[in-house]
Amino acid sequence: MTKRVAIIGVGTTGFRATTPDLSYRELTYEAATKAYMEAGIEPKDVDAFVSTAEDFFEGYSIADEYAPDQLGAVLKPLYTVPGDFIHSLASAYMMIMSGVAEISVVQGMSKASNMLTLSEMVGFAMDPIYNRPLKEDPVFIAGMEMMRYMYETGTTRRQCAQVVVKNKRNALNNPNAGHGALIDVDYVLNSPMVSYPLTEMDISPHSDGAVVMVLAAEETAKALSDKPIWIRGIGWCSDTPVLESWDWAEATYTRLAAQQAYKMAGIRYPRKEIDFVELNDEFSYKELQHLEALMLCKKGEAGPMTEAGATEIDGELPVNPSGGCLGVGNLFELNGGQKVLDVVLQLRGEAGKNQLKDVTTGLAHSWRGIPTATGAVVILSN
Amino acid sequence: MGLRRVAIVGAGLTKFYRRAQETPKELAYEAAKMALESCEMRLEDIDCVVLGTAPDAFDGVHMNGEYLIDGAGGKRKPYMRHYVGGGTGVLSPIHGWFHVASGMFDTCLVVAEEKMSSCYPHPAGAFLTIFDHTTEQPLYPTLIWIFAIEMNRYMTRWGLSKRDIALVSVKNKKNALDHPSSQVAAEITVDDVLNSEVMAWPVNRLDVSPTSDGAAAIVLAAEHIARRVTEKPIWIDGVGWALDTSYWCTRDLYYPDYVEVAARMAYKMAGIREPDKEIHVAEPYDPFSYKELHHMEGLLLCKRGEAIKLLVDGVTQRDGNLPCCPSGGALGVGNPIAATGLMKIIEIFLQLREEAGKRQVPGKPTCGVAQAWGDLMQVGTVVVLRR
Amino acid sequence: MEELITKEMVERTATGLSERDIREGKVITTTWKPNLRYGWDNGPALGRYLAELKNGRIIGKRCRKCNRILLPPRMFCELCWRPTDEWVYVKDTGVVNTFVISYIDWKAGRIPKGQRPFTPAVIEIDGASPGMGILHLLDEVEPEKIYIGMRVKAVWKPPEERIGAITDIKYFKPY
Repeated sequence: MTKRVAIIGVGTTGFRATTPDLSYRELTYEAATKAYMEAGIEPKDVDAFVSTAEDFFEGYSIADEYAPDQLGAVLKPLYTVPGDFIHSLASAYMMIMSGVAEISVVQGMSKASNMLTLSEMVGFAMDPIYNRPLKEDPVFIAGMEMMRYMYETGTTRRQCAQVVVKNKRNALNNPNAGHGALIDVDYVLNSPMVSYPLTEMDISPHSDGAVVMVLAAEETAKALSDKPIWIRGIGWCSDTPVLESWDWAEATYTRLAAQQAYKMAGIRYPRKEIDFVELNDEFSYKELQHLEALMLCKKGEAGPMTEAGATEIDGELPVNPSGGCLGVGNLFELNGGQKVLDVVLQLRGEAGKNQLKDVTTGLAHSWRGIPTATGAVVILSN
Repeated sequence: MGLRRVAIVGAGLTKFYRRAQETPKELAYEAAKMALESCEMRLEDIDCVVLGTAPDAFDGVHMNGEYLIDGAGGKRKPYMRHYVGGGTGVLSPIHGWFHVASGMFDTCLVVAEEKMSSCYPHPAGAFLTIFDHTTEQPLYPTLIWIFAIEMNRYMTRWGLSKRDIALVSVKNKKNALDHPSSQVAAEITVDDVLNSEVMAWPVNRLDVSPTSDGAAAIVLAAEHIARRVTEKPIWIDGVGWALDTSYWCTRDLYYPDYVEVAARMAYKMAGIREPDKEIHVAEPYDPFSYKELHHMEGLLLCKRGEAIKLLVDGVTQRDGNLPCCPSGGALGVGNPIAATGLMKIIEIFLQLREEAGKRQVPGKPTCGVAQAWGDLMQVGTVVVLRR
Repeated sequence: MEELITKEMVERTATGLSERDIREGKVITTTWKPNLRYGWDNGPALGRYLAELKNGRIIGKRCRKCNRILLPPRMFCELCWRPTDEWVYVKDTGVVNTFVISYIDWKAGRIPKGQRPFTPAVIEIDGASPGMGILHLLDEVEPEKIYIGMRVKAVWKPPEERIGAITDIKYFKPY
């Protein structure tokens, strides 16, 4: 007897470059209030909470200390997953499947605008003995990976730039997105070089925001919501953090995570059974690399697919209709949360101007950003 | 729907040192390897890995969980880190438990690692950043203040003397003489404690557990595998955890509500109605001497204010009716934060299997509880184990 | 008696070092001083709290449902789970709920001989709900004379030195 778990409520503050009027407490409180209202619950109905935070991004040691108040979780079971939002979602899912919770809540937040020495913080995650002493801005890792990826797959810089154009254009119609723009491929290619071959426009700017979601076991989900979105499959995987041993061309962590999720969802032909995808495109080439790793096309096909318009909103496999990280903003640990949020909205028919027609199954994917090789995948259906 | 049964089938533990030469990855590796070898399993048999490590500030690596992946055996596996400050060590088996109990995985390797010595000038400095950045950090508080504040409140509420509380340090440091990993085991007297340097009254140096480097690991398995792997699987029968408000100045610190809420959740799941009778051996978290008593009350092992009586009457000694911290606890073995909690779980595991060597408590215990605490006097994590 | 984890097994796992080994270069070490700076948005509640501290006043916020006056003020009551209501000025006097006499600073170093030890305390502020305390320092009192229940009053920095921070109150002293 396998029970199912559904997302029955989502809440967000939207995502924008700065949020000077609100502290992290109010951001989460707003997202939580909206999510609980949608789900028709109060904090006292929730059995377990999972928050997502990394100490050095928040600026606190032990970031979980400051999580319960704004979720209504005082003296309730709550812990933090220093990972991506989709990891927290997996945790909340497992808690319901194990019988310890009937309703669980997942939270994620970004206050990237408060991180004044951002590249130093990201660099602080690098190996202290072998890599950090090189004193390089960590974005070089993405530049290096892009070089190898283009070399092995034949993908061109123009194709990567096309990703930027598409996603920023999609973001213009997404009221939650912070960085929408109307640009063309040449604009991307001619913008200042940051770490060859990545230009400024190839790299996602960052955004602030919060997302809270409510999950429930099958019966409760059906009782509380008329549009429950079912978690059909979920997988997560971490490849080695040692840069020197990396797979520079393939996103193996994504492939393994996707395999786990597809197996659980009973999906044999992803390209046919997945209607649309929200994946991590923090760096332009990443969208292509991840698309291939998700086995939605063959190695080297993602670039030409994009050029041909197959991943546009009106294409055969819409990718990042919400605008992705490039259009919404890089939300760090919350990235996966924005993607799950947009998949849920699409499946419910609440995606506004970017609404896709007749979608039943969506995939949300995340990567934890440099210098990690960790990713997670979740497959949702309505 | 019945809960899927999950058992601990293997365990490993490194030596705890104030400063270890090994890197965090190496410490995690040693513990993980020992755990796998103890039940003759290989890394390929492990479906997923779960890791606990407390503030990244100690190891000096942001996203410490990512850094430790290969040391913990997580490469190319589903790997997740969890975090509740000091409570992490006992949250680790809970987190691993629902990986297996959910039905998604059959085996799980749980690793907890801490390397505090890399933090200069002193690991205690890293605790500055756990306080609210706007309302408290400008006052340059340190963690010892908050413990001393709580100890003062607890002592005043119940009229306890430092003499009596010092017995916890004496008991635990002595118990630790028999623990292979111990860092600060010693035969000391109550006077030694009272005469040791006053750090922040009422806390003396010997009331405090040391900062340490160390790692611990356990292997979890679903019932059908557990029974094949070992003759003595130890079942995780109850899990509970709770996090209180961050506004710690509004709470009366004399009683740990967060431990009681977590304990009730675990006891309910385990079907325990009278913890003081049904629990045979306990490992409450003891980073400071008075904390063992504070937590014993939160664990409902005795009435509020009465833990001191059990201590003074010898009930919590190894040969008493309710041995507490037979391992030697944090005070005796060492306190590499996340690894300490898992060390306590391992102690109960060994005690219930009667494999605790010289530390074995008599009477064939069948039910034990381990507990950890963390944050700004905020989190309680409790696990009930049974043979 | 049977032992699953033996002393020999454990001894092999780690090597102890002393501070001297490191200082004298017996082991190769690398050091890194991270440059981690943050500019936290305080939001409307904490923002007002700090602004009023600059004015020499302490302000809280009331939750009409549980009728607590919350200090530091918050936009929502964490227990009732609802937005809070009116702002309420509280006094700058209070009662010591608990305290510490500390001989070590935040870096775990001992204070120099002869220097007065730190005496932080949780102070229940008059005008806020019972038990509603804030953390601050006590001074102008001998440490041994401090007791739980002692009445104290805030000592403010002169107006021109206040910047809108908790340190605009220098410390609390008995009165």
